[in-house]
Amino acid sequence: MHLEYFQMIDTISTINRETGKIDAIANVPDKSTIFEGHFPTHPLLPGVLLIETMAQASGYLLLDRLEFELMPFLVAVSEAKLRTFVEPGTVLNIEAEIIHDGSGFAVSKAEVTSAGKRICNARLTFRIMPFPKDELRQEMLKRYKEIYPSGDQS
Amino acid sequence: MSSTFEALAEIISETSDIPMGDITPEKNAFTDLGIDSLDFLDIAFAVDKHFGIKIPIETWTEEMNDGNASVDDYFLLSRLSERIDELVAVKNS
Repeated sequence: MHLEYFQMIDTISTINRETGKIDAIANVPDKSTIFEGHFPTHPLLPGVLLIETMAQASGYLLLDRLEFELMPFLVAVSEAKLRTFVEPGTVLNIEAEIIHDGSGFAVSKAEVTSAGKRICNARLTFRIMPFPKDELRQEMLKRYKEIYPSGDQS
Repeated sequence: MSSTFEALAEIISETSDIPMGDITPEKNAFTDLGIDSLDFLDIAFAVDKHFGIKIPIETWTEEMNDGNASVDDYFLLSRLSERIDELVAVKNS
């Protein structure tokens, strides 16, 4: 995780296009300026960043499915539960699944665990839209290739 | 009222927190009930799941933007209900 750059996913382990599922890993850093404020003397990963982590895993799954032709933008978070505090240095496993492929939108179900313990889960809705600029598409593709070197998007 | 309309009304009521009594066939989802496009994604998700269809929101939006259809054509609840029936019929054919 590079929290200050909003890069939440470190590695995509697998993407299964048939089942519409992704497994990814995020390593919470030991140090970050974010922990200086959240909270002073008691560092915890903010819950909103856990939501963002689930959204990014779902987002990469959708980008892969859409072959980087369209961009998913998070528009709704439903049934979110933040179950356990996350401290610096924690390794997070993220699973996300597309539960609905609508017209111009998609819905995913995502969950984060650590050492088998449930950390959080949510249902996320994305609008599927054209990339506002090709440079963004290129940047997303570049990051995808960095974290998923075995992926086959060209 | 058709069973499709009743199911649609229940979905709208649950997803958008609108009393069932306010949801009648002559109402427009957007202009009368105050549902916005984001709320409608929840409705579309629930309708798609309930009826096993895919409401073609993108196509409808394109037609409205191009001036080839009005908001009432798709989002007057009686018409929306009919569209759902048509989509279900296509799915079953």
